[in-house]
Amino acid sequence: MSAIKKIIYNCRHATYLIEKRQHTPLTLKERLQLVIHLSGCSVCRLFQRQSLMINRLIRGLFHDTNAQERKLDDDFKREMQRKINERLTK
Amino acid sequence: MASTSVPDPQQWVGLYADYLYSYAFARLDNEEQARDLVQETFLAALEKLDQFRGNSSERTWLTAILKYKIIDVYRKKNSGLQTERVDREPELEFFESDNGHWKEAYSPQAFGIEDSDPLANKELTSVLQKCLRKLPSLWFSVFTMKHMDDLATEMICKELKVTPSNFWLIIHRAKLNLRACIQKAWL
Repeated sequence: MSAIKKIIYNCRHATYLIEKRQHTPLTLKERLQLVIHLSGCSVCRLFQRQSLMINRLIRGLFHDTNAQERKLDDDFKREMQRKINERLTK
Repeated sequence: MASTSVPDPQQWVGLYADYLYSYAFARLDNEEQARDLVQETFLAALEKLDQFRGNSSERTWLTAILKYKIIDVYRKKNSGLQTERVDREPELEFFESDNGHWKEAYSPQAFGIEDSDPLANKELTSVLQKCLRKLPSLWFSVFTMKHMDDLATEMICKELKVTPSNFWLIIHRAKLNLRACIQKAWL
């Protein structure tokens, strides 16, 4: 197999590019490699869909903190308030 | 200048403590550490009240202070670990070493929910959280800073002392591991 084919048929490399593309523009060469790979590889197409789904999940989870609100212990809050007041009156 | 956005530290605990705590906990997965950082954030903010500019909300301002404290924790946790982590080739768990094809046992399989709203799925959310906990600390830090907080790559590399090429390897590895972990728990 030629060197170029080796890269194009490489799922390890393709998934690397899938991840990289989510954060930064790929070079022209990388874009071509990925397009050709994905056109012939349904497993990596599935990986890409799942990867994007995971991103949506993570974003939603941590951006919308209200959905995930945890409560800080009341005693700890009182103590914290006391420390703040103490410093404010200093 | 009359302004409505003068900070009012008396109200901070009541208004923002739970929010900041949730924010920190999501990124540290440690109650005690999250709690302490909230307190440190308030106390640090008191020291620099004069730096508060009314152009962001109090909450945004406090969150920014907290964010730096979290990055600090990541940095301390990860100092000195990098070389060992990055030299191995954990992708070989998933791909054949000669041609880079998926190994049969790790090949992605459809979850059946790829195109639905993942947030509507509580079970999936809790699987994801369990899987995030399994990531090595440096990967978790890098992944969180990028995916949750959208920080610039250059900044993450600088703060965690990771080279740009290792940064992309870590982003790749973290996602491979996370996806495989979800698949294992889900199917």
